[in-house]
Amino acid sequence: MATVEEEKAGMVLLDFWVSPFGQRCRIALAEKGLQYEYREEDLVNSKSELLLRSNPVHKKIPVLLHHGRPVCESLVILDYLDEAFPDTPQLLPAPAYARARARFWADYVDKKVYECGSRLWKLKGELQAQARAEMVEILGTLEAELGEKDWFGGDSFGLVDVALAPFTAWFYSYEKYGEFSVDKVCPTLAAWARRCGERDSVAKHLTPPEKVYAFIDVLKKKYGVE
Amino acid sequence: MAGGGDELKLLGMFASPFALRVKLALSFKGLSFEYVEEDLRNKSELLVVANPVHRKVPVLIHNGLPVCESMVIVQYLDEAFPGAGAPFLPSDPYDRAVARFWASYIDEKLFSAWVALFAAKTEEEKAEGTKQTLAAAETLEGALRECSKGKPFFGGDAIGYVDVALGGFAAYVHAFEEVHGLRQFDAARTPLLAAWLARFVELDSAKAVMPDVGRLVERGKMMQAQAAAATAATAAAKAS
Repeated sequence: MATVEEEKAGMVLLDFWVSPFGQRCRIALAEKGLQYEYREEDLVNSKSELLLRSNPVHKKIPVLLHHGRPVCESLVILDYLDEAFPDTPQLLPAPAYARARARFWADYVDKKVYECGSRLWKLKGELQAQARAEMVEILGTLEAELGEKDWFGGDSFGLVDVALAPFTAWFYSYEKYGEFSVDKVCPTLAAWARRCGERDSVAKHLTPPEKVYAFIDVLKKKYGVE
Repeated sequence: MAGGGDELKLLGMFASPFALRVKLALSFKGLSFEYVEEDLRNKSELLVVANPVHRKVPVLIHNGLPVCESMVIVQYLDEAFPGAGAPFLPSDPYDRAVARFWASYIDEKLFSAWVALFAAKTEEEKAEGTKQTLAAAETLEGALRECSKGKPFFGGDAIGYVDVALGGFAAYVHAFEEVHGLRQFDAARTPLLAAWLARFVELDSAKAVMPDVGRLVERGKMMQAQAAAATAATAAAKAS
């Protein structure tokens, strides 16, 4: 347990083990070589006083506390880490236009991937088929954006890479529920996913795909899905 | 005035609060631009090519290069035109994070509550939509108190990032009241927001680009009538 002093100094990340949004922050912190205290929130039973106090609006993780001040929303946290620690490897490139493109694609990942994935395992029949078609389209769109590049960020692992990387652990589940193969549907993106997995920052913080799949079973029970 | 050789073209739609955000941002920065009104039922080749992913407005085309998503565009304007007035985002990283958080809140919670209210068909849905709308306004009132610290705007003395994000809805809020009979920023419930709104729409740079509220009301009433007709038609089809 951190003392009040420890809480105020340095960085604390309020998070949940399997959250891809939390993992974005863990990956970014690792890429930047920044020290922080990780705190697991019990989202199933009871959220901590600190979480409720730090994110009263949404009561969600991740929350990054820096010198006791909370930063909420994973993409806002990623921007904050670049700006508060300008001497660390930057997630965003320097030129304004390239930054705008990166922000656009990070926003695309945010709007599309998790929500569509949720429909894939929550729904049945026609609605599930629709979710499957949409997921295939989303992955295809991302693959087209990646193109010939090693990373979405070009030569360096950037904002969009960090935003999307945690979802690679969910590909296995999307494949099982959607009955499609990521390797077949978007081979270049699949190769990117493998490259991500080879990075220390990603390998250390991603949930093994089978555990994500098992977690979805827990979510299904919670939502009363067969 | 835009720097020599800078060509700015904005693809928008008169009723789009998101396109209005960009018009406001350009106006506040004193940047001249060419405006293209899109018919969203019949999208132009230019729009489809410039925003193939979403095919939505606003799109800002700067010297031929497209930038999409309203708040991405607003940040881009700060970064690409550093000489055009004070930036919308503050300089301190923590203050920037707070501004980004509230802009995100406006999109995720405030706007979606209004959409839910607009789309409400049953009395139950309407009540729920109204509840969400009022709750979101109350939360935003707290945000304004926190961010403004007694000054006129979210950005303090001058228009900032959150002011632009919310400003896009300034005309929409007035139109919504006339069409749906609910005042989102009521002086009794949300005094700071009510004062902010009155102040915002009086700014010269805002007046220069605000759409005609009457036209928005007309459009809102037409959409409401169309939705009601569609609901009636569905009910009739089910009954027969």
